[in-house]
Amino acid sequence: MTAHPKKGLGADLDVTVEQFRLQAAFSAEPGETIAVLGPNGAGKSTTVRSLTGLAPMDAGRIELGGRVLDDPAAKTFVLPHERSIGTAFQDALLFPHLDVRDNVGFGLDRSQRGSAVDALLERVGLAGFGARSVDGLSGGEARRVAIARALAGDPDLVILDEPFAGLDVGARAGLRKLILERRADSDAPWLLITHDPTEARILADRVVVLEAGQVTQVGTPSEVQAQPASRYVAELVGVNLFEGVARAGRVTVGSADVELTIVDSALTGEVRLTAPPESVALHASQPGGSPRNAWEARVAAVHRLGDLVRVHVDSPLPLVADVTPGAVTELDIAPGETVWVAIKATSFDVF
Amino acid sequence: MGIRRSVKARRPTRVPGPLLTLGVVGVLVFALPFLGLLFRVPWSRLGSIATSAVVVDALWLSLLSSVAAAVISALLGVPLAWILARTDFPGRSFVRAIVTLPMVLPPVVGGAALLFAFGRNGTFGGPLADATSFVLPFSIWGVILANVFVAMPFLIVTVEGAFRNLDPRFEEAASTYGARPLDVFRRVTLPMIRPSLLAGIVLAWARALGEFGATITFAGNLPERTQTLPLAVFVELQRDRDSAVAISLILVVVSLVVLVALRDRWWQR
Repeated sequence: MTAHPKKGLGADLDVTVEQFRLQAAFSAEPGETIAVLGPNGAGKSTTVRSLTGLAPMDAGRIELGGRVLDDPAAKTFVLPHERSIGTAFQDALLFPHLDVRDNVGFGLDRSQRGSAVDALLERVGLAGFGARSVDGLSGGEARRVAIARALAGDPDLVILDEPFAGLDVGARAGLRKLILERRADSDAPWLLITHDPTEARILADRVVVLEAGQVTQVGTPSEVQAQPASRYVAELVGVNLFEGVARAGRVTVGSADVELTIVDSALTGEVRLTAPPESVALHASQPGGSPRNAWEARVAAVHRLGDLVRVHVDSPLPLVADVTPGAVTELDIAPGETVWVAIKATSFDVF
Repeated sequence: MGIRRSVKARRPTRVPGPLLTLGVVGVLVFALPFLGLLFRVPWSRLGSIATSAVVVDALWLSLLSSVAAAVISALLGVPLAWILARTDFPGRSFVRAIVTLPMVLPPVVGGAALLFAFGRNGTFGGPLADATSFVLPFSIWGVILANVFVAMPFLIVTVEGAFRNLDPRFEEAASTYGARPLDVFRRVTLPMIRPSLLAGIVLAWARALGEFGATITFAGNLPERTQTLPLAVFVELQRDRDSAVAISLILVVVSLVVLVALRDRWWQR
C-alpha cells in the first residue's frame, strides 16, 4: 500500500506521569503484532500516551519507521499530530458531533475522504454505515469504527487500546476475526494493549508483560505460558487454550489426536476452547465417572505458585493444571512422569 | 454521551404543599410586574408610539448594539474561556476575577471606569482622540463597548464551564489523527461545546439588550445615536408614562420571542 517499506518500532520508554514511572523497552517489527499485557495500573495507558506523544518522555528514545519521535537527551520531540500513529482508543472515543463517515475520515485530507472512507468501512464490515450517527452504534460497531479511523491514512504504527473491553462474547469473537483479517493486509507493526491474556495469545506474535511500570517478560505467547517469569505472569497467562474443529458435541484439537467433549452439540466448524488451570484435574489412573475428557499425559514441569502448584504437561496436548501441594505428593508428580488429565465438558468456555 | 443530556420521559410528580406554595409565590414575583405593565398599556396609542422616530431609532440601536456585543463577546470571550479552563499560569485566578467582575459590579461603576479610561479626556481615550480624532463616548461604538463590558462575563463563565466539562481525551485523540492544535479547537472542541456556546451567546445578548447603567454613564443618552430602548424607557417615564409602558412592552416581547425560540431550538438538544 505504501511506497516506502515499513520500518519497525523501537521503544525505550522512560516517562513519569503523576508520580507513576514507566520504564519499558520493547520493539516491534513491520507486520508484527505485539501485545502489551498487564493489569490495571501497570502502565499500559502511559505506554500509549508516550508513544503517541501525549505524554512527552523524561528519558529514553522512541523510533518509528526510521524516524526518531522522542529523544529527550537529543532534545527531539515530534508533536502528536506529526506522528504517523493510528490509535483505536479505549472507549472508542468517537467524536459525538460527527457521523461515522466523518469520524473515520477525520485524519484524511478532504480530497481523499470519500472513496477511502467507504473502502475502510467495508473492510471493517460496516459498509453503508457512513451516514449514521455514532450515538446509535452498538459497542462492537463503535470499536469497528474506531479501528477504521485508526487504519485511515496507512499509519506507521497501529495501536489497539483495549479493543475488547466491555464487549459481549459474540461481538468479541467477530472483532477478533476482523483484527486478524486486517492485520494480514497491513505491513505496519501493531500494538495490542490488553489486560486479557487470551486475546494476547490469539492475536499477538509476541507478548510484552508489563507490571508496575516495568517489563517483566517478553516472549512469544507460548514461551510466556510455558515459562512464566513470575507468579503474576503465570496467573495472568495461565488459561488453557485449544483450537480445533467442532462437530456434534466433539472437538478435534489441532494436530494432536485428542477429541474433547463440549456441552454445545449444535456447534460446528472452527472453535476455540479455554479452560482455567484450576478446572483441570490430575489423577494417578484413569478416572471413572463423569469426566469424559480424560487422557494420559506426560509431566513437563512443576512450579510452585503460592498456595498452589502449577503442573505443565506437554504431551499429547500442552496445558497447565493448578493443584494442591498435597496432590503433587500423593500422585507423585514430577517432570517425566505420566498422569491422567481430566477436564469436565462444562469447564470449557467455547467461542 | 458526554455533554449530551439524556431525554427521559417524565411522569407527573406530586408536589409537596410547602414547595408548591413557595413555587407559586416565586412565579408571582415575575408575573405580577408583567401583569401591572399589561394593565397600563395604552392600546389605542400603541401603534403610533411604536412607529414614532424615537422608538424606531432606539429599537434599531438596541438590536444592533446588543447583537454586535454578543458577537464580539464570543470572538474575544471563547479564546479567553479556553485559556482559563485549559491552562495554568501565574495570576490565572486574578485574570478570572477581573473578567467576571462586571457581573457583580454596579453597571454605573463600570460605565464610570470606561469613561475614565476611554473618555475624551481618559487615560487611553485622550491619546487615541489626539492621534485619530476618534472618540468612543457618545457614539454607537461607546454603546457597544459598554455592552461588551457587562455582557461578556456571562459568556465567559458559561463557556469556561463547558470547556472544563469536556473530556480532554477527545481533543488528544484528534491530535493523534493529525489535527493541528487550532484544527482540534475548530473541528472538535468548539462543536462539542456548541450548546453551551450558544447559551452563552444568548445570555450575553440578553444582558446587552437590557444594559442601562454603563451605557448611560459612558455613551450618554443621545436620541438616534446612543439612546437604546432601556434609556428611552427611562426618559419617557419622566415625560410620558404611556409611551414608557409601550416601549417596555416592546422590549418584553422582543426578549421573550428570542428566548423562547432559541430555547426550544438550541438548549433542549
